[in-house]
Amino acid sequence: MDDLMTVVDWSRWQFALTAIYHWLFVPLTLGLSLIVAVMESLYLKTKSGKWLAATKFWMTLFGINFAIGVATGLILEFEFGTNWSNYSWFVGDIFGAPLAIEGLVAFFMEATFVAVMFFGWGKVSPRFHLASTWLTWLGASISALWILVANAWMQYPVGMQFDPAQMRNVMDNFWALFSGIAVNKYMHAVFSGWALSGVFVIGVSCWLLMKKRNQPFALRSIKVGGWIGLVGLLLTMWTGDGSAVEVTKHQPMKLAAMEGLYHGSTSQSIVAAGIVNPHKTWDNDEDEYLFDIAIPYGLSILAKHDPSAFVPGIADIVNGVDINENGDTVNTVSYQERIRLGKLSHEALRAYDIARASHDEDAMAKAADDLKAYYPYFGYGYFDSVDEAIPPVAVTFYAFRVMVILGSYFLLFFIVALFAAYRKDWLQRHKWLQWIAIVSVPFMWLCSEAGWMVAEVGRQPWTVQDLLPTKAAISEISSASVITTFWMFAVIFTVLLVAEVSIMLKQINKNSQKNLEIDNAH
Amino acid sequence: MSASISSYARKIWLLYYDGFREMTIGKTLWVIILVKLFIFFIVIKFLFFPDILSRDYDNDNERADHVRHELIDNPRRFHSPEKQ
Repeated sequence: MDDLMTVVDWSRWQFALTAIYHWLFVPLTLGLSLIVAVMESLYLKTKSGKWLAATKFWMTLFGINFAIGVATGLILEFEFGTNWSNYSWFVGDIFGAPLAIEGLVAFFMEATFVAVMFFGWGKVSPRFHLASTWLTWLGASISALWILVANAWMQYPVGMQFDPAQMRNVMDNFWALFSGIAVNKYMHAVFSGWALSGVFVIGVSCWLLMKKRNQPFALRSIKVGGWIGLVGLLLTMWTGDGSAVEVTKHQPMKLAAMEGLYHGSTSQSIVAAGIVNPHKTWDNDEDEYLFDIAIPYGLSILAKHDPSAFVPGIADIVNGVDINENGDTVNTVSYQERIRLGKLSHEALRAYDIARASHDEDAMAKAADDLKAYYPYFGYGYFDSVDEAIPPVAVTFYAFRVMVILGSYFLLFFIVALFAAYRKDWLQRHKWLQWIAIVSVPFMWLCSEAGWMVAEVGRQPWTVQDLLPTKAAISEISSASVITTFWMFAVIFTVLLVAEVSIMLKQINKNSQKNLEIDNAH
Repeated sequence: MSASISSYARKIWLLYYDGFREMTIGKTLWVIILVKLFIFFIVIKFLFFPDILSRDYDNDNERADHVRHELIDNPRRFHSPEKQ
C-alpha cells in the first residue's frame, strides 16, 4: 500500500503546480481588462483614433491571455473530486455554492460581453460596446470573488455547522462567508492584478520605445498603465495590511511562520531581510535567524496597528501563551490540549455513529453535544505531536520577503515610470530605463506568485483551518497516478505558457509595426 | 412584436457569425481553446480524474458513510510522518 504522505505530498505539489500556472493568466485578465476599458472610455470621450488603436492593441493581448488561460482553473476542480474527495465531501455544501455561482457568472458574462467586445466593433453602438468592455472587466472581477471567498473560508471557516449525520459542514449563514479575511483577500488579489497589468503594459511599451516604433502610442500606454498600476499597487499594500491584521486574529501561526518568529514580545520588531536558522524548532534553544536586519516595532504595527502590542511566536502559540491589550499574560488553548480535544471530538463522532446505528436518540443527542463542544479542534485529533501542526517556516518566511521587497520595488518602478513618461523625451533618451522596465515584467509575476505561496504554504498543514489537515482530506488513491498526472500537467501547462508567450510576442511585434497614431486597426 | 424579436435574434446571430468568420489571430486561439478543452474534458477528466465518491457510491448516505469511515476509523489518517 502506498505511503499516505507520499500521496499527500504529490497531490499538494500537483495542486500547487496547477494553481501557480492558473494564476499566471488570471491577474493579467483582471488588470488588462480594466486598462482596455479605461482606454476605450478615453476613445469615446475624445473620439480620437489614437485611443481606439490603443484599445484594440491591448484588447488583442487581453484576448490571447484570456483564450490561453480560460478553463485552466477547471483542473483544480477535477483534483478536488479525485485527490481530495474527503475534503470535497466535508466542505461540499460551503464550497459548492460559491463555485456554482462563479461558473454561471463566468459563463454568461464571458459568452456575452467578451463576444461583443471582440466582434461588436461597428455592429453595436459605441456606448453599448464600451458597456460590454466594462462588463467584461466586472465579470472577470466578480468571477474571482467567488473562488477567493471559497479560499478564504478554508482559511477562516465560519457560517456553518457540522452535521454528523451527513458528515459534512452545512452552511447556516451565507453572509458570514464575506469575512474580513475574504474581503481583504479578494481585494488584495484583484488590485494586485491591476499592478501586474500595469507593469506588463509599461514593459511592452518600453520595448516599443526601444524599437522606436509608435513612440507616442507607447508613452500614452505607459501613462494609463502606470496610473492604474500605481493605484492598484497602493490598494494592494493597503489590503495587504488589512490581511496581516486578519491573519493575526485568525491564523496567528501563519503570521509567526511568515516572520520566522518563535518567541514573541511586546513592541516586536520585524525582520526586513534575513536568513532563518534551519535547525530552529519550537522546542529548542537555537537562534531564530543566522542573520537578520530588524525594524523596531515593525511586526507589532503590522499585526495589531499598535507599536507596543505583543505578537506571539510559534512557541508561544504552541504553549498557549498570549498577552492581551492590558499587558496581562493570558492562556489560550495549547496545541497539546487542542490535540486532546480533537481526539475527544473524534470519539464523540464515533459515539454518535454507534448511537445512530442503534437508533438511541438520547445517546445521539449526548454525542452531538460533545461533538459540538470539541468540534473547533476536530482537525488536531489527527496529530500525534504538535510538530505536525506547524507550517514550513523557511518557505513562508522567504516567500513573504520576496513579495514585500518586490512590491516595494514596483512602487518605485511606477513612480519613476510615470515621472519619466511625463517628461519630454526622457524615456526615449534613457535606454537603461527601458531595459529595466522590460526585465521587470517577469518579476511582477514572481511577486504575485510569492503572495500566494505565503497564503497557502503558511496555512499548512490545513486544508480547512483547524478542522481538516491535508492527510485527512486526501483520497485513498495510488501515488503512481498522482505522479503521472503531475508530470502530465507540467507538460500541458508549459506548452500553454510557451504558446501564450510566443503568440503574444508575435502579435506585439506584428501590431506594433502598424501605424497606431491613426485608426487603422481592424 | 415577433418581427422585432426575429430581427433582434438575426442581429445577434450575425454578430457571432461575422465575428467568427472575420477572425484572424482569433482562429488560432479558438483552435487552442478547443484542443485544450478536448484534452481537459475527454482525456484528463475521463481517464484520470473521476469524481471518486460519485463513481464508487450510489447515494449520499453511502458517500457520507465512506467519508465517516475514512475520517474517524482509517488508522492511516492518524499515522504521523517520521521527523526528517
